[in-house]
Amino acid sequence: MDFGTVIDAALSAALGPQAIVFALAAIGLNVHFGYTGLLNFGQSGFMSIAAFGLAVTVVTWDLPFWLGIIVGMLGAVLLALVLGVPTLRLRADYLAIVTIATSEILRLIFGAVEFKDTFGGSNGLTGFARTYQDMNPYGGGVDLGIVSFSRNDLWSITVGWTLVALSCLLVFALMRSPWGRVLKSIREDEDAVRSLGKNVFAYKMQALVLGGVFGGLAGIFHILKQGSAVPTDFNTTFTFYAYAALLVGGAARVFGPVVGSMIFWFLIAGIGSFFSQATSGADPLLPDWLMTNTQASLIRFILLGLGLMLLMIFRPQGIFGDRREIAIDGR
Amino acid sequence: MRLRLAALLAAVAGVLTLLAPSAALAQATPSPTPPASAGAPAAVNPIVPGANITVTLLDLNGGKGDPKPVPGVGLTVLKDSKDGAEVGSQTTDTKGRVSIGIEGNGTYVVELDPKTLPDGVKLSGNGETVKTVEVKLASSNFVQFQIGAVVVQDASLGSKIVDGTRSGIIAGLLIALAALGLSLIFGTTGLTNFAHGELITFGAIATYIFNRGFGLPVVAAGVLAVIASAAFGYLQDRGLWRPLRRRGTGLIAMMIVSIGLALFLRSIFQYGFGGSTRTLSQYVVQGRQSYGPIDLSHKEIAIVLVSVITIVVTCLALMRTRLGKAMRAVSDNPALSASSGLRVDGVISAVWVLGTALTGLAGVLLAVQQQVNFQMGFNLLLLVFAGVTLGGLGTIWGALIGSLVIGLMVELGPVFGVPASIKEVGALVVLILILLVRPQGILGKAQRIG
Amino acid sequence: MAAELSEARAALAGVSNEPGAPKPDPIVKGSNITRTFGGLKAVDVEHIEIQRGVITALIGPNGAGKTTLFNLLTGFDEPNEGDWSFNGKSLAKVPAYKVARRGMVRTFQLTKVLSKLTVIENMRLGATGQRGERFFSAAFKSLWSSQEDANTTRADELLARFKLDAKREDFAGSLSGGQRKLLEMARALMVDPELIMLDEPMAGVNPALKQSLLGHVKSLRDEGRTVLFVEHDMDMVRDISDWVIVMAQGQIVAEGTPKSVMADQRVIDAYLGAHHDTDITEIDVADLEAEAEAELVAEAEENKS
Repeated sequence: MDFGTVIDAALSAALGPQAIVFALAAIGLNVHFGYTGLLNFGQSGFMSIAAFGLAVTVVTWDLPFWLGIIVGMLGAVLLALVLGVPTLRLRADYLAIVTIATSEILRLIFGAVEFKDTFGGSNGLTGFARTYQDMNPYGGGVDLGIVSFSRNDLWSITVGWTLVALSCLLVFALMRSPWGRVLKSIREDEDAVRSLGKNVFAYKMQALVLGGVFGGLAGIFHILKQGSAVPTDFNTTFTFYAYAALLVGGAARVFGPVVGSMIFWFLIAGIGSFFSQATSGADPLLPDWLMTNTQASLIRFILLGLGLMLLMIFRPQGIFGDRREIAIDGR
Repeated sequence: MRLRLAALLAAVAGVLTLLAPSAALAQATPSPTPPASAGAPAAVNPIVPGANITVTLLDLNGGKGDPKPVPGVGLTVLKDSKDGAEVGSQTTDTKGRVSIGIEGNGTYVVELDPKTLPDGVKLSGNGETVKTVEVKLASSNFVQFQIGAVVVQDASLGSKIVDGTRSGIIAGLLIALAALGLSLIFGTTGLTNFAHGELITFGAIATYIFNRGFGLPVVAAGVLAVIASAAFGYLQDRGLWRPLRRRGTGLIAMMIVSIGLALFLRSIFQYGFGGSTRTLSQYVVQGRQSYGPIDLSHKEIAIVLVSVITIVVTCLALMRTRLGKAMRAVSDNPALSASSGLRVDGVISAVWVLGTALTGLAGVLLAVQQQVNFQMGFNLLLLVFAGVTLGGLGTIWGALIGSLVIGLMVELGPVFGVPASIKEVGALVVLILILLVRPQGILGKAQRIG
Repeated sequence: MAAELSEARAALAGVSNEPGAPKPDPIVKGSNITRTFGGLKAVDVEHIEIQRGVITALIGPNGAGKTTLFNLLTGFDEPNEGDWSFNGKSLAKVPAYKVARRGMVRTFQLTKVLSKLTVIENMRLGATGQRGERFFSAAFKSLWSSQEDANTTRADELLARFKLDAKREDFAGSLSGGQRKLLEMARALMVDPELIMLDEPMAGVNPALKQSLLGHVKSLRDEGRTVLFVEHDMDMVRDISDWVIVMAQGQIVAEGTPKSVMADQRVIDAYLGAHHDTDITEIDVADLEAEAEAELVAEAEENKS
């Protein structure tokens, strides 16, 4: 057992591009769910529409990269408006059902063989990230001993964490303002807010759009860092994982989703690497009849499910949350 | 114009040994081949001794008559992924079979070359020409999967509608069983249970274990699986949900707990069952007979009968019996029920048992109708939710009607222009549209909102 | 101010005691307002007028439709039909938040303080026209901080007046029932309403606080606001109201000064007559009407105490 490899895998994932995708998506969910109490279970839908907005613009329509970014982000905004108009006036669970259904609809359409000419079918689209990769100023990768990143990852990390920092700054500035106060009040009792002359629907819509934009950023960053837009990446399970990351860090806290995503990936990659090593080689630590290499990759998801349950039951405020003002009542 | 539906059925048997080659040769390969592909090995592509992947391609001919082997189709086996190293390649023989030797356990991918399919046959379904097979050590995997293939002849709209309606009603009934379970649990406890899909999978996997593991006939295995599901529901409520209710855990927190439980159970299923799709030992491939304009196979008739009888009996019981009335009272107003002397916890336990038994039955029937897979329930969950929501959250009749509408929408969608590979989209779009016009669902009570 | 007040009361002196009687200077006027739940007519008001600058009490037995009427007038519920106006402008189909902005602010029977916000944040939320509540200026503190300071000063004054200043930084969830009622009233005043509608301001308030709450309600009128409130406690109604409207079975059955209403046979009938409580309970439960149920629970609790 080489614990250096385990630590390297865990740290690389916690600081690497995948954690950034989660952080951005979870920041969006934090605006929706953490601050406003909107149950958006379709964050992967916001991601996929922005991602494919960019990919289709550049690859299928052969238009400039930056126009693609704009199309992608507008796609996320538009999706928020389309989802919000009918559902934000209804009970909270309807938003959950409609968002989850919409994200699945988008994923299925983007992956459909019938629309292969536009969206690339189940293999998705590639070849839109040239502009992004050309901007990479780094000459090579970096190896800090305990953790190492390739040249591409280094560039993605630079861009990604900058985006995360700016997003956190924006969320911080908004949530300390009277606007943020209205959102937190809506989360608790929207009738009270209405009785004080605030247009609850408009605030919910603004929150939905803002969180959706963060989701869109996450989607665009996701396809840029890996150079391909694959529909199956944007499944509902992703949204659930992003929720897990948010809840680990603590909902309704500015840094909750960021720290949560890092912890999430630290654990997922660390546990994955540990069990992978424990079951590989000629004389594995865990015998084959107990756990094969394929099964080893599942342990982290078993633990993730268990962890999410225990977290919600015993510490619903996450690591940073304040139990007195958390939206989700654990008890 | 006449419709001729053909389905290619590929039975992939990954058989392997971990022992020395001599032992591998001596290994008595059990006769895994599903009934349809039974027959003496042909001279052309003999089954490779030792670890191998054997594929049999069968033309189901729309379920009419006996399946016919499809010769002359090129199949390639690759290691790990579609882009992995090629293990071997063969063309199906007169039995429609290829057999390719493999090194040992691991993940393999079987790729079908669509260009070599006979003329007039085009792949339908998801158009997938690639299937992943997980070969596990020291066990035989008998994997069967359908690569839907449709003869490109235009069928009449009428026969398309008849066929779509048949599939839609069967799908709708299966969804309805699960939706009934979901709706009962939601109605009495307010829990939006994202682990409900795993209850379906539980029923299916339990059937598989009783059937393949203990060698019981499918019918007996199904009965036992329903009982096991009920017990699973009871234990789940006692072990998890009741303590949470006692703690006063909020509904949203409970919903997230159920998401965690779903991930947990699904990964456990995958751990134990593996990632591949498997079949039960009986009723795998059945031809359809014509009953007037409708073609039905025996198992389809059985599935329809079992589900209709179960649904009717359940609904009558809910309306007539004391327990049923108690359940509805608790769902209307738990506090009032408790104060008027009802044992609310007992009623909720009963609801869990009934709800999971119904859901488990959906899994059993789904296993008979299709195959068993660790995420079959999860894949169905959204449609179950859609059915319940469409009918109106928490109403029993609503869940039934909503599910049937969803089932029909899914299967009839392609007739009216929804791309066949993503036919669920039609149902989901209809769900959203109906919610726009009638937010409380088809049968739901209008709720006053802010 | 005192002169104005007596004028208003004097004007009421000439008003007839018939249900729906016209007032000399009505701030609210409504007619033919109906709302049915299932088969039950919860509200069926032929005509209603509320006089400006006085305290009007809305009384009636359980399930009389008082809270439903409140919800309808403030846009929290939609009537089957009916039209009503505030300061001469129609309010039918106007959403709740716009009703509040026009100067007609309500409180709730089951108090809706935001228990996970501090008391002072609850107060600040009430202020209207905040620049910082607009999305595009919210991110820049300099654009709204001065206004926020002014709002805070006003909030602190109100907190002092309602004796809540010691609780300023506490979470509102830690307040007692009576303190919540006070906070909700103070928060409503942050909107600076012309008409303040209090839904059972005394429910769940301990007797020691009741007197001071009464004083606060009177002081609202004395500073020129119109007050409409729902109440059960007849002593309270007699003590502070200038005019009383009696509802039963969704209809207005009597109106008048507290003294004349108390003596009215129709009122005694309404409270003690044909409408036995259990009947109404059954109807309400069958109806599954959330507000009515809440009302019942609250009333039951109050009756116990």
